[in-house]
Amino acid sequence: MKFLRDLLDKQKPLFQKGGKLENLYYLYEAGETFLFSPNHTTAARGAQIKDAIDLKRMMITVVIAMVPCLLFGIYNTGHMHFLAVGEEASFGDKVLLGLELVLPIVLVSYASGGLVEAIFAVVRKHPINEGFLVTGMLIPLVVPATLPLWQVALATVFAVVIAKEVFGGTGMNILNVAMTARAFLYFAYPAQISGDQVWTYLGDKTPVDGFSGATALAVTYQAGQDGTNAVASLAEHNSSIMEGMFGFANMFFGFIPGSIGETSTLMVLLGAVILLATGVASWKVMLSAFGGAYVMALFMQLVAVNEYMALPAHYHLVIGGIAFGIVFMATDPVSAAQTETGKWIYGALIGILTIVIRVTNPAYPEGIMLAVLFMNVFAPLIDHYVVQGNKKRRLQRATV
Amino acid sequence: MSKLIKLKRGFDIKLAGKAKAEVKTFPAVKTFAIKPTDFVGMQRPKVLVKEGDTVKAGTPILYDKKMEKVQIVAPVSGEVVEVKRGEKRKLLEIKILADQEIAFEQFDKYTEADLQAASKEKIVDHMAQAGVWPQIIQRPYGIVANPDDTPKSIFITGFDTHPLAPDYGVLLKGQENYFQAGIEILQKLTSGKIHLGLDGSKETPVVFAQTKGLEITKFTGSHPAGNVGVHIHHLDPINKGELVWTVNPYGVAQIGKLFVNGTYDASKVIAITGSEVKDAVYTATYLGACVDSFIQGNLKNNHVRVISGNVLTGEKINRDGYVGYYDHQITVIPEGDYYEFLGWMKPTAEKLSYHKALGLLSFLFPNKEYVLDSNARGEERAFVQTGVFESVTPMDIYPVYLLKAIMAEDYDEMEELGLYEVIEEDLALCEFVDVSKHPVQELVRKGIELLQYS
Repeated sequence: MKFLRDLLDKQKPLFQKGGKLENLYYLYEAGETFLFSPNHTTAARGAQIKDAIDLKRMMITVVIAMVPCLLFGIYNTGHMHFLAVGEEASFGDKVLLGLELVLPIVLVSYASGGLVEAIFAVVRKHPINEGFLVTGMLIPLVVPATLPLWQVALATVFAVVIAKEVFGGTGMNILNVAMTARAFLYFAYPAQISGDQVWTYLGDKTPVDGFSGATALAVTYQAGQDGTNAVASLAEHNSSIMEGMFGFANMFFGFIPGSIGETSTLMVLLGAVILLATGVASWKVMLSAFGGAYVMALFMQLVAVNEYMALPAHYHLVIGGIAFGIVFMATDPVSAAQTETGKWIYGALIGILTIVIRVTNPAYPEGIMLAVLFMNVFAPLIDHYVVQGNKKRRLQRATV
Repeated sequence: MSKLIKLKRGFDIKLAGKAKAEVKTFPAVKTFAIKPTDFVGMQRPKVLVKEGDTVKAGTPILYDKKMEKVQIVAPVSGEVVEVKRGEKRKLLEIKILADQEIAFEQFDKYTEADLQAASKEKIVDHMAQAGVWPQIIQRPYGIVANPDDTPKSIFITGFDTHPLAPDYGVLLKGQENYFQAGIEILQKLTSGKIHLGLDGSKETPVVFAQTKGLEITKFTGSHPAGNVGVHIHHLDPINKGELVWTVNPYGVAQIGKLFVNGTYDASKVIAITGSEVKDAVYTATYLGACVDSFIQGNLKNNHVRVISGNVLTGEKINRDGYVGYYDHQITVIPEGDYYEFLGWMKPTAEKLSYHKALGLLSFLFPNKEYVLDSNARGEERAFVQTGVFESVTPMDIYPVYLLKAIMAEDYDEMEELGLYEVIEEDLALCEFVDVSKHPVQELVRKGIELLQYS
């Protein structure tokens, strides 16, 4: 690796103060620190040794945790296509088609967001933040594979600028950046990210008879409208193509239509295991969010006045993007509650709100997106009261 | 039966190079120095000696114009060889070339009866004049106490949980009587109790075992369980307007010696530690010793960093630098000024981490003794990860909120969030574990100074 080091050292003066490309220093720095951890040493006073972790390593851990979802998403995109058009296809064909559809989205997301990061770093003279490593991967996983690439780019740029950079970059943002991108798409271009037609890629082929592109959430909602048993409706759905597509087990494994990375609860849980084993994400948020959702769904079931409300609680956890949202979005440490007590409240409310939005609000079939964004906004308030409690304890002590 | 407090939060940094429990003799130390920068909060240091003057152990050489009563005295007898100043004539070091045989200034001796009869004022003046007063540190702020104050209690910690920290049993071997005398004097200075915190998981060192007149509390848990700030927080927390004093056991014994023997005795045992020293042992010397005698020929390699104190709160010094006024150890670690290819994602069990993120495998080897260097391990970023600082701070304090209040210079918030209860060492572990690499201790001092001079 010496030649790389030499190469970097040779170019360095160009970017340093007084060099020709001085303005692009932070771009150089990003590249340099990506290849080599810097040779900085600790200050003369204070901690003389430092923990081996840094933000880059933390962020890459999250990216790795998303890989199972990404890989499954690639396969499932191809799998759903061939299922819908009624063609037999090999595993390889499905993966190839999936790659063809998903890879461009990932590349566009990273490229457009990375460009914004770079521009901000150069203009505002701050180092490029590693946070986008995660955001750039999250965005592709929460959109359908059929989404036009320009919309991917637009949403990414919007989210990075409005949700993050205007607040000062990674660590300063209030909203989860990837969720903001999705919300932007949902409200700006609903036709491409909602309804029954967008979840399965058909290409120029016609679907087989009896195929419906509706998601499980849509089917359940319809069941509520029609007053038919939700579980039965789910079971019958697309039964001519695939027996039990919306059965509990299959929905858990994830061979269903939906956004690229969120269909498989199993893969999400695999990611959750990585995040929890490495201690990167808060188990408190995950546990309380899943718990909150389950309890709320149970409660809905108990007081059910329609078939949607009567959907068994455990179904709620495998349909839609709730699992993905809780594991990867709600646990974003920057936009979540930052106190340990606050994390319990924050997580539980995300779970509860998701179910409330799903079941009671006909305009939004999925609740996790708005629940996370809503609680992002309220997280500082939760923390405020927790911290206030700490201050109060201190004050009370003084009078005793 | 003493009280036992079990602390759950914290983290022990296990390093290679712990000192063996033997006191070894190194070649005699030639020069000693007092560094005014060791006295945090000393505002206007004034030197009382010139180069070429001869001094005895106990001769005043320095004082703070803001607190004229308190003299800082020469640790050894000899000739003042240099008064070193830095930029803007900032006073850095007063160096003394030591005599072969130490000559002492003679101060009054106190018998048991004298002590009982003496007023608080007389004792305080005696201590301030004879150079032992700077051993008394005031909380909040962690500065040398003002002799005119009366603290609500005095805290002594009888164990040190910092990495490679020396054992007080070795440092104060045979000083039981002086320690006891010191405690009796301190009792005159406070309206409240004198607390001694001890390690609940180890046998109590002899020096503390027999001492009377103390409120003993035992603590168990990882570092910072031995920090006096943690003890204060759990036993007698500091509220706005209150004062607590802290004294290191060494200081207690030194105070005792002054009253019993009538001399300022700066002899001390220090530990020479760290992965890069060949012979990690204790040695007997005097306060402010030049470290070259201890490390010359005692290093495994040459590219090292010498630290006065421990790796968490210490200060980098030169190879011919001096042990800090309040330090009882030096640590020598490798200097970390190297690049590492893809160092941020390479799996490693060689580097210690509190975290378990991808490839950080040190959690699998909880008992391994690590060789850590001074590499900064990444660049400074905004706060991202949450909950980590709290998990290594065994106090009811939210460190991140406190640090943000300091960054924002929000005085009310700093006060309300508990800045009076901490000094640098209490949050030093946060600086180590920080994913975003903030200069935590520097920030804490900045906040303290803002409050102190507001």
